Amino acid sequence: MGVTLSGAGATFPYPFYSIVFRDYMRKNPGVRVNYGAIGSGGGIRSLRDKSVDFAASDAFLNEKETASMGAEVVHIPTCMGGVVLSYTLSGVDSLRLTGELIADIFMGKITRWNDPRLAAENPNVRFPDLEITPVYRSDGSGTTFVFSEYLNKVSPEWNREMGTGKALKWKAGLAAKGNPGVASIVQLTEGAIGYVGSEYALTLQMPSALLKNKAGNYVKATLETISAAAETDLSDDMKLTLTDMPHPHAYPISMLTWLLVYEDQTYCGHSRQEAEVLVDLLNYIIGPDGQKLAAQVNYVPLPLRAVQKTQRIINRIHFAGEKLSTAPDPEIAIVNVLSETETVGDHEKTVLHEKSLVDER
Amino acid sequence: MKDKIFKGLLFAAALAILLLTAGVIYVLVKQSLDVFHEYGVFGFIFNAEWDPRPETEEYGAWSFIIGTLFTAFFALLLCIPFSLPVALFNGEYFKGYKISSFVSSVVDLLAGIPSIVYGLWGFYTLRPIVIQLGVNAQGFGIFLASIVLAVMIIPYASSLSAEFLSMIPDTVKEGAYSLGATRAETIRHVSLPMASSGIVAAYILALGRALGETMAVTMLIGNTTNVPTSLRDTGNTMASVIANQFGEADGLKLSALIGIGLLLFLITAVINLIAKFIMKKLSVR
Repeated sequence: MGVTLSGAGATFPYPFYSIVFRDYMRKNPGVRVNYGAIGSGGGIRSLRDKSVDFAASDAFLNEKETASMGAEVVHIPTCMGGVVLSYTLSGVDSLRLTGELIADIFMGKITRWNDPRLAAENPNVRFPDLEITPVYRSDGSGTTFVFSEYLNKVSPEWNREMGTGKALKWKAGLAAKGNPGVASIVQLTEGAIGYVGSEYALTLQMPSALLKNKAGNYVKATLETISAAAETDLSDDMKLTLTDMPHPHAYPISMLTWLLVYEDQTYCGHSRQEAEVLVDLLNYIIGPDGQKLAAQVNYVPLPLRAVQKTQRIINRIHFAGEKLSTAPDPEIAIVNVLSETETVGDHEKTVLHEKSLVDER
Repeated sequence: MKDKIFKGLLFAAALAILLLTAGVIYVLVKQSLDVFHEYGVFGFIFNAEWDPRPETEEYGAWSFIIGTLFTAFFALLLCIPFSLPVALFNGEYFKGYKISSFVSSVVDLLAGIPSIVYGLWGFYTLRPIVIQLGVNAQGFGIFLASIVLAVMIIPYASSLSAEFLSMIPDTVKEGAYSLGATRAETIRHVSLPMASSGIVAAYILALGRALGETMAVTMLIGNTTNVPTSLRDTGNTMASVIANQFGEADGLKLSALIGIGLLLFLITAVINLIAKFIMKKLSVR
């Protein structure tokens, strides 16, 4: 009784975490979970200072950060998301884009909608002779990071001139703060195109472009296509980027978001009870209840194989060498997730999950 | 005894304000030391490069300083044709009439509208008009931000100017009339010259307001990092870049943003001091 956990970090998963923590607290009276959406950098710093129990980040720790943490930190993926290209162009209901085209639009190299390269990709669309207004994030953001990480992979020019980062040195367009800022400019400006977090775009049902993925298919961002990006060989530590993935239905700008915790929970002022609650919370988030909540707010639930791998990572967390995990056997967890996804009512996704389960066996 | 307590309380309140200001300056200076140390004071001020990517990190304040001065001075220019007539209306033509107090309370009401409301008005109402005018394709930029700023500073410029105009003794103006001057001539050759330093001070204070305005400008200026060279350009002001980028910033970038805050503090302080100085000169005369 009376355990308080606190965490800090990324803003992208904040809506999901706020409802999943609230739900957890309702089911476990006496436990309080506080989360401060102060940005990944601040979250990681707070974890290093041991002022929080967990940090949240949209990017896994790089080598330098890992070394600075002082002890082994494990990455627990909690859900997936994607970056959607939303646009406003009257008379154009369906827009197909490739990574190269996106890169050239945001570098200011394609400046008008009737550019022949856009027409070549969209033979059935009549584009107006109108200026393209790219809209990007003015604040540092994990969304910008994933967006630029994807373009870095698919466009050598982007790699040379722009690079990857939470904030970039932009050459064209306008900027606005947060997903709402970008979305409102895009929605009210004829000829604008901007990138927005999938959870935001799906909730608002914003018009979005179909992107050509690595397999050559044009895919729309949905919970299923983003989830398909994780249908791949997952590394055991789950530290991976999911942009430009080979699955035929994979949405090319997909991502994981993580909670970071120390593998050994024995550190100053931390009780065994707190560590146990923390592990229980992590199990709850990746379990069927937590993942169902993710889908409700348009975050993408982890596919089965990812849940299984994550379960093993959570099982590694210990308190002075003693096991903490109270989680059920991974196999049982999988069956639970399966039945829960069916209740979400999404036939296609369930099929996808069943297929992966077959592969696994 | 009561008097002593009251005096003590007043003294404490005044001291608290002084300490608070000193504390703000101390924190701004302390937190921005890193960036001034890295680039030097002038190296930071006169550098237009702002590159937040970790590998090529470089921070300079120049594009934001220019964006701030550009929008503020253009807004000042735009507000003169509206605020000066209002000041003459209230402080000269209809001084003491009911209509004057009505007009001046309406103008003062403009000062009470929250800045986010001005931002929304600019975003939803003015921006389509600016696009129609053909200023640029999206409407955002220096032009739109300046128009909204101009409306926001009208009350500051006009009510103080009206105050100074109404302070001119009637005897002086009656002297002008007795010499056969018309009302317009009296205003041009007597009232305006006599109140001129007060009016200038009023506009300088209004300029100070325009320099620091954040919310409305952030919504309308486009938030791009470049030195704006025309009214069609988008840009960023010192206040808007802080509002935009403070959230996720750390390390040198955080220090650079606080450095910009310090520079903005100094610019507005100097502007206010100039206005004070001009007003003091007037009252001595």
